[in-house]
Amino acid sequence: MLSKGLKRKREEEEEKEPLAVDAWWLDPGHASVAQAPPAVASSSLFDLSVLKLHHSLQQSEPDLRHLVLVVNTLRRIQASMAPAAALPPVPSPPAAPSVADNLLASSDAALSASMASLLEDLSHIEGLSQAPQPLADEGPPGRSIGGAAPSLGALDLLGPATGCLLDDGLEGLFEDIDTSMYDNELWAPASEGLKPGPEDGPGKEEAPELDEAELDYLMDVLVGTQALERPPGPGR
Amino acid sequence: MAGAGGGGCPAGGNDFQWCFSQVKGAIDEDVAEADIISTVEFNYSGDLLATGDKGGRVVIFQREQENKSRPHSRGEYNVYSTFQSHEPEFDYLKSLEIEEKINKIRWLPQQNAAHFLLSTNDKTIKLWKISERDKRAEGYNLKDEDGRLRDPFRITALRVPILKPMDLMVEASPRRIFANAHTYHINSISVNSDHETYLSADDLRINLWHLEITDRSFNIVDIKPANMEELTEVITAAEFHPHQCNVFVYSSSKGTIRLCDMRSSALCDRHSKFFEEPEDPSSRSFFSEIISSISDVKFSHSGRYMMTRDYLSVKVWDLNMESRPVETHQVHEYLRSKLCSLYENDCIFDKFECCWNGSDSAIMTGSYNNFFRMFDRDTRRDVTLEASRESSKPRASLKPRKVCTGGKRKKDEISVDSLDFNKKILHTAWHPADNVIAVAATNNLYIFQDKIN
Repeated sequence: MLSKGLKRKREEEEEKEPLAVDAWWLDPGHASVAQAPPAVASSSLFDLSVLKLHHSLQQSEPDLRHLVLVVNTLRRIQASMAPAAALPPVPSPPAAPSVADNLLASSDAALSASMASLLEDLSHIEGLSQAPQPLADEGPPGRSIGGAAPSLGALDLLGPATGCLLDDGLEGLFEDIDTSMYDNELWAPASEGLKPGPEDGPGKEEAPELDEAELDYLMDVLVGTQALERPPGPGR
Repeated sequence: MAGAGGGGCPAGGNDFQWCFSQVKGAIDEDVAEADIISTVEFNYSGDLLATGDKGGRVVIFQREQENKSRPHSRGEYNVYSTFQSHEPEFDYLKSLEIEEKINKIRWLPQQNAAHFLLSTNDKTIKLWKISERDKRAEGYNLKDEDGRLRDPFRITALRVPILKPMDLMVEASPRRIFANAHTYHINSISVNSDHETYLSADDLRINLWHLEITDRSFNIVDIKPANMEELTEVITAAEFHPHQCNVFVYSSSKGTIRLCDMRSSALCDRHSKFFEEPEDPSSRSFFSEIISSISDVKFSHSGRYMMTRDYLSVKVWDLNMESRPVETHQVHEYLRSKLCSLYENDCIFDKFECCWNGSDSAIMTGSYNNFFRMFDRDTRRDVTLEASRESSKPRASLKPRKVCTGGKRKKDEISVDSLDFNKKILHTAWHPADNVIAVAATNNLYIFQDKIN
């Protein structure tokens, strides 16, 4: 269980170690930026957003507004990158020559590093997932006035609990910003190999190729956890 | 469109000169996190000014009355009461720490000698009573002067307690605690014009409370999707209409505002009006949504207009026109070319607030580098002023500032690259009747007045 002091500590760390991102593309004076194809800029932005998301999720209770805005930005970037990757004449980012090549190498390294650490952290957190699961979201008292059924005190109390049993109470990334999302077996450490899944496996650690399928996969992992199948959680 | 970004005009945005009045808070360069001011609010008369900080404290300042011996002290605000409103807490069920930071303070209209205010952190709203006492009762029959009960058998005579004058004491006491109704972070509270109810909004829901009842609230808006994967929007601010007790608005992270009428149904998931300005295709970027996210919404005192603040601009909407704002004022347009860096350092997520002056003729909002902006709606003039210790001599006039946007930097101009993004003015308040403003700059509270005052 997270102790009271833990979050404080994290905040301090955060201040000391700001996001380590290559900022070359932020500098409009940088020669390569002006020349770099838009795809390069968006892939860097993509990396940055992934890092932000990662950072945000590390908080015990992330700022939902921040999270939603970053995820929507990721979606936007993804939407803009997907058609570019699909066009045959335009070399896909990793194949881009010369200057862009170098830059990409570094940005891809950053991406894979961030993904690796993301996965590492998450598998670490999974060890903590025995901590009490937050209750399924419980509307404020009196909620039922607005809904259909008039409320009886006792039934009201039962409501959330039964909901919890019925739908597993796991609603993806934003659900009460809890750790339950990490229960998803996708996040299990590779060594456990619960469900290697041919499609799931390679994307993570292999060649830093940002193709469409990988982007889709990333987005699935980052924002679509709920869509993925999930075995009954521990302790349920 | 009014106002060039970062511009200032020689006469000032309003036809009067602003001058320094007071600054509160430590001068120390080393700012304690807990001392950072997180909200500023005048009461309805403007005689009291409340601030909340990240350490959970509320400090109330009171305006001094006219004093013939010290004519210049008129209008000065001095500390009236300080109290710890919220303490850090730990939610053991969810294993979450709940910060003590005061997110919002709202005064209740005064109805007797005492003052009441609501203060909230992320989860819990509290109703505080601030009252004065300058007399104490002496000569109780059943207890001693120090409060100990007396042995009834030793009471041989009865006496009438008398009131004795004593030094003025201001007491703040918690009267109601409204807890356990918000799963997400509370961003707004707003007292209704019926003076009996108020709303509280978090990222996904808005609740309606009665000021006397703490164990029950009514959920009036819920935008939480059944499937959280589909979540693309959060509530960023909400406020009741100043006169129509059935009407409230809430703003979203997508830059839209919904006006709801509580008469139409108990659950206001369906809005009555939807205010949205179409996106300008020419300025579309990856950051379009982030910069259009509304950080504050405020009705004008008249109730005819509302003002919204997004990252780069402040807009005034006529409640009768949903298709576009009637006014758009650029706050710091020169930052548009810096959005990448501002995204990287998270400044782009800063939540700037905005406020109206007493007659709704001018509006004010903050910026970076301890700059704040005022826009005169009638003359369409604007001014950039700075809250700084350097110009904090008594009654010193504030010099309009100008940010240089490309090209040659003129004398007295500051270049965009030398702006300090750690110094930001997020919270400001305007006296409800006079030209007195309170500007929170990190741990300092600046009070400025116009020259006439």
